[in-house]
Amino acid sequence: MLWQALTLQLGYNATLVAIGATLLGFAAGVTGTFLFLRRRSLVSDAISHATLPGVGLAFIVMVALGGDGRSLAGLLTGSAVTAALGLVAVQWLTRRTRLAEDSAIGAVLSVFFGLGVVLLTVIQTMESGRQAGLDSLLLGSTAGMLRADALLIAAGGALTLILTLILRRPMIMVAFDEDYAAARGLNIRQVDLVTMGLVMAVTVVGLKVVGLILIVALLIIPPVTARFWTDRTERVWLLSGVIGGVSGFIGAAISASAPALPTGPIIVLTGFSVFAASLFLAPNRGVLAAIIRHVAFQRRVHVRQGLLALAHGQPIYERYTVRLLHRAGLSRPDGVATEAGRARAAKALLDEKRWEILRAMPDHEAAAALYDGMRPIETVVTSDQLAEIDTHLAAPQEVLA
Amino acid sequence: MKRIALASTDGQTMTGEAPDQSPIAIRGMTVSYGQKPVVFSVDATFPEGSMTAIIGPNGAGKSTLLKASLGILRPLSGTVTVFGQPLNSQRHRIAYVPQRASVDWDFPTTVLDVVLMGLSRELGLLRLVRPRHRDKAIECLSRVGMAEFADRQIGQLSGGQQQRVFLARALAQGADLYLLDEPFAGVDAATEKAIIAVLKTLKAEGKTVVSVHHDLSTVSDYFDRVLILNTSKIAEGSVADAFTEANLQAAYGGRLATAQVAGIPVAG
Repeated sequence: MLWQALTLQLGYNATLVAIGATLLGFAAGVTGTFLFLRRRSLVSDAISHATLPGVGLAFIVMVALGGDGRSLAGLLTGSAVTAALGLVAVQWLTRRTRLAEDSAIGAVLSVFFGLGVVLLTVIQTMESGRQAGLDSLLLGSTAGMLRADALLIAAGGALTLILTLILRRPMIMVAFDEDYAAARGLNIRQVDLVTMGLVMAVTVVGLKVVGLILIVALLIIPPVTARFWTDRTERVWLLSGVIGGVSGFIGAAISASAPALPTGPIIVLTGFSVFAASLFLAPNRGVLAAIIRHVAFQRRVHVRQGLLALAHGQPIYERYTVRLLHRAGLSRPDGVATEAGRARAAKALLDEKRWEILRAMPDHEAAAALYDGMRPIETVVTSDQLAEIDTHLAAPQEVLA
Repeated sequence: MKRIALASTDGQTMTGEAPDQSPIAIRGMTVSYGQKPVVFSVDATFPEGSMTAIIGPNGAGKSTLLKASLGILRPLSGTVTVFGQPLNSQRHRIAYVPQRASVDWDFPTTVLDVVLMGLSRELGLLRLVRPRHRDKAIECLSRVGMAEFADRQIGQLSGGQQQRVFLARALAQGADLYLLDEPFAGVDAATEKAIIAVLKTLKAEGKTVVSVHHDLSTVSDYFDRVLILNTSKIAEGSVADAFTEANLQAAYGGRLATAQVAGIPVAG
């Protein structure tokens, strides 16, 4: 069943749902990137929780008007209205009061969500409310989704994605350098509002698939994960979209295979697996790479310090340093330099002396500023300059064993 | 009323008939944070082809004046005209180089991408970055000696290199007026030389340069005009006329140690 779900063999509807969820995930990953770059990821949490009262109100209104209240388009419209109110509330609180944005988000999120839960409880007591299945909007569910719903989600996701891509340049400029963007004539508030509006659109469209509690995961995890792998904006959003799309697809497919499985948590867990793998394995920014870099650098520092100590005929106090020197064949286990060790020590001492001369030369301020004890001097001066430095060197001294 | 009073205090004539055609003309600019003005009723004009240093003690409102002139901050009062026109119609002729500290340098972008931001007017929303755009960005980078760093992530650069990238982005705009906020703050000597060479070339091309500057010892070497500021305008004019010990004393007061003054090649 699971395999069939993942290979799109559960029939036309399930395939449609999976495609819709993939598109939604892609759109969320891309849109979320711009929120992440603007360092306002958490605003999406306030927006998503603020959808709940809208869902409840829309249901009540539709029932009152004689409908059955379960029309997805109607529910999403209602959720968009209160989400927009929540967004405006966060913006207003942040701009007009002394509340910081995180406090404003916390306040808006809890109040709107609380109101939504109250409305859902009221709906439970209504006759037509029992089987409304509104609670599936909390954690998302693709089981038994209608074809029209899947089309709505796919179309909404695609539209948001297109708008986001059209507006990406102003959003990037504002996120990177707000003052410069303002000087170029961009209206910062408008650009921010557009960013939030796109996030809101993804949130609303994603309610059915991911659910409002966990949609933040689809907006935040993909860009954060993508950032591990690349330093380029264009690649961050593209990769983020792919991660979101894959998460959406797997979540939807698995959820469709078993009626009781909510989609949101599966999507989150899929995204998290990619995130965890990236966190540890990414080549530059990953934890493992950082540890390896650190250890390698620490070794180089120890060896260098050890060599300089040998060159000065001083004892080496740290056992670790001696071990490293010994392993590299530069010293005996008791810390006495070998032939190779003496040669390397002499070179290290020469480097230090050259740096000393360079740092005393006023003309080479920029190069001298690069001194850190480890950097080979050949990387900061030309061979002519090096020859000039060497004219200041005293006669080379032999390093004593 | 106000105009007449101002005209009499700084000895300039203001006809008020024809609009000021100079690259940037600021009139009656007051900017405040809360109830405290940091810039108060400043008039300033920067003639075409001039190179002006805005100097003054810390907190004198130098950067604030620049930001308010560009509409980055909203002034309480005051008007700005750029080449005799409203600011918004002339923004394409202005290049702004913000302070380095205003940016998150861990942002996932490369040197080339930052310079390409300077071409955003040509690129618009949808146009793809073509080789000619890339070539132009690289050319601007080589003018500041940074072409070989085009593919680096910006966070890997030194402070001076970051500042040069910001200047390259401004060059890419092909503007007529350059406004720089402390371009020499915390940069190495090589960068300072590179930046001043570029600015002098711009001046030679007839462009107008205005820069917030903090190093009094280089003012007369680098600039031909000064605007001395301490909340209100203390003096404005050529280095020979305005960069005097009396004016500096008026702006810096006790903060200008006598020893420091002695080392500064002031006019007069």
